[in-house]
Amino acid sequence: MDIMGMSPTLFWTALFVITTFGVYIGIAVWARAASTDDFYVAGHDVHPVFNGMATAADWMSAASFMSMAGIIAFSGYDGSVYLMGWTGGYVLLALLLAPYLRKFGKFTVPDFVGDRYYSQAARIVAVICALFISFTYIAGQMRGVGIAFSNFLHVPIEAGVIVGAIIVLFYAALGGMKGITYTQVAQYCVLIFAFMVPAIFLSLQITGSPIPQLGFIGNAQDGTPLLQSLDTTLTELGFSAYTDGSKAMIDVFAITLALMVGTAGLPHVIIRFFTVPKASDARKSAGWALIFIAILYTTAPAVAIFARSNFIDTVNESRWSVEAANDPAARGDLGEGDTPAWFYNWRDTGLLNAEDRNGDGLIQYRADPAVNEVTQLDRDIFVLANPEIGGLPAWVIGLVVAGGLAAALSTAAGLLMVISSAVSHDLCRKVLFKGMSDTQELLVARIAAVAAVLVAIYAGINPPGFVAAVVAFAFGLAAASFFPAIFLGIFWKRMNKQGAIAGMATGLIVTALYIVHFKIGFSAAVIGVCALLAAIAFVVLIFGTKGEVGGTGRLLLTILAAGLGVTALLGPFGVLPGFAMGTADQWFLGISPEGFGSVGMALSFAVSIAVSVMTPAPPREVQDMVEEIRIPSARAHVGHAPANPAPAE
Amino acid sequence: MAEAPEDGEGGAEGVHDISEASFKAYWRENLTLMGVLLAIWFLVSFGAGILFRDFLDQFSIGSAPLGFWFAQQGSIYVFVILIFVYSALMHRIERKYDVDDDQG
Repeated sequence: MDIMGMSPTLFWTALFVITTFGVYIGIAVWARAASTDDFYVAGHDVHPVFNGMATAADWMSAASFMSMAGIIAFSGYDGSVYLMGWTGGYVLLALLLAPYLRKFGKFTVPDFVGDRYYSQAARIVAVICALFISFTYIAGQMRGVGIAFSNFLHVPIEAGVIVGAIIVLFYAALGGMKGITYTQVAQYCVLIFAFMVPAIFLSLQITGSPIPQLGFIGNAQDGTPLLQSLDTTLTELGFSAYTDGSKAMIDVFAITLALMVGTAGLPHVIIRFFTVPKASDARKSAGWALIFIAILYTTAPAVAIFARSNFIDTVNESRWSVEAANDPAARGDLGEGDTPAWFYNWRDTGLLNAEDRNGDGLIQYRADPAVNEVTQLDRDIFVLANPEIGGLPAWVIGLVVAGGLAAALSTAAGLLMVISSAVSHDLCRKVLFKGMSDTQELLVARIAAVAAVLVAIYAGINPPGFVAAVVAFAFGLAAASFFPAIFLGIFWKRMNKQGAIAGMATGLIVTALYIVHFKIGFSAAVIGVCALLAAIAFVVLIFGTKGEVGGTGRLLLTILAAGLGVTALLGPFGVLPGFAMGTADQWFLGISPEGFGSVGMALSFAVSIAVSVMTPAPPREVQDMVEEIRIPSARAHVGHAPANPAPAE
Repeated sequence: MAEAPEDGEGGAEGVHDISEASFKAYWRENLTLMGVLLAIWFLVSFGAGILFRDFLDQFSIGSAPLGFWFAQQGSIYVFVILIFVYSALMHRIERKYDVDDDQG
């Protein structure tokens, strides 16, 4: 059955991966960026529906594609936090942020923060937030690319990460936002097709309905209600019922809120809405983006139920064959009641394993670790193995791999764009070297993209500990820093720079400390790295705020930077203290690190408002600017009383 | 570009001023609309899917408990509808106050 010396699965996987990569590169060459407008915002002329597709691909990462259905399958009701959290944020975006930011009409999120708060310090704080959020996120994507390559194409993780990174770099550096946008449209098509084909087949097999969303509320082929029988089976095996959660209600509430608000505050999502022609298109585009996202997000919980039910039906109490486990050739004649062949195939990858520990010849799948015989069960298995579980042909497996890679690459490209524009546009042109020309800025943007990719390659190969906390970090920090600053900047004219800086800094620091304490732990090494990063941030602040911050302020910043720098240098000498990681019973109000962004956001709002009220109102021009961005039309202006005559008069 | 501006001077390109009162009325209508839609947003997700889930679970849609369904399916459908409703109604408000961006 081999094709060109490869197994059919390997052949089809290689074919799909190489073809899709070729398409991405072709699009990149076609959509080269000629100006900074092209590079940062695709010339402001992307159709709202295309932008919706690009946003959906940008948004749905390797985790959404490969892991989410599996996470829901294992956590049942608790998985709802991701479903609601990662879609509800688009309502906030469409109603509260996107149209106004589009009317504002610049390139980046720090652009808005810096101009609205007439402050270089605010701009720098925003750049730091954007860089930190994007780097955490991109490391996870590169890791996903490497794993997909190594599992399916049998190349080492390192080689996979590097190939993926070079592809992304190619179209990001060449095409900028324009190249990325049209590649993402193609990637969306690949990933949604790859996700839906197995889902539809699985739904047909299990419920008889070709629409997974209907299968979700339907009956199994034998007429029993699917969800209820899954609940019953799981309870019998000692698991908690699928429709019951194990998280406290306050935590479910907090996580959902943090993910929603964080989604609306993530820079790589926000900048997508700068690419459409006008403000009203930004709203429509958010709607289209959510439709495209919802197709996958309403299918994933259905896949979760099908996969969990199917797994129990076919694996639990099945006959285990040591011979088939060790010899792929013996898997051909497995029949009814035997552990299915796909189980052995996936066992070879290390994502799945079982051991007949009680020697009864059968595999028992139980909640109790003392009797459970499914010793290894990776959450990604439910999406990756679906085609084989459903008995689908080899090409479908190849398609799923190409889909997973499309999801990872499109997200990585969007993040790369944020990093590159934050460095070239916000940091270099707007803060450090104000005399740069467009050509120089584009060059710096491309160099920054290359540097960011090198860091991402390194992080993908040697994932630092914080990658595991990516969800908590990225969404928590976006919720606690960007969202309040942007929201108040649009909806409250009185909001001033003191309030914005204090609010962003408080939200960022408190949330980051909480997450590090409960997810990573303040060991001596972590304290050293944090001090080093903070010292660098302060040095940038000192250089970037010449003329804005007075003598005492600068002295204070210098002392702080020096203190933090010395602390960081002490790290290698082993004199820094270490603290144990926090445990769940110490959580603030029972709120997990993933949900703490909600608390950070509330705190950031409170500090912003309190500080603003106590300090002078922003200048008249800024208040006028806020009025301008509230009006979608570029032709209409608010006429003021004689104090501020309109230019037309 | 043919329509006459409500207030202020009409420029050659249709550039015009709107009065402060008209701007405030426009903004208030926008905020009201947003308030209503965000209330629905909150009710279907945090309300139906989390806070009142146990109550709603005594009903079912197909074979799924209603609260659970809202948390994993229903809320997402409503989110999509909310954005398109806002987009359409907001466009009407903008035209009423002549601040729409139909011509840039």
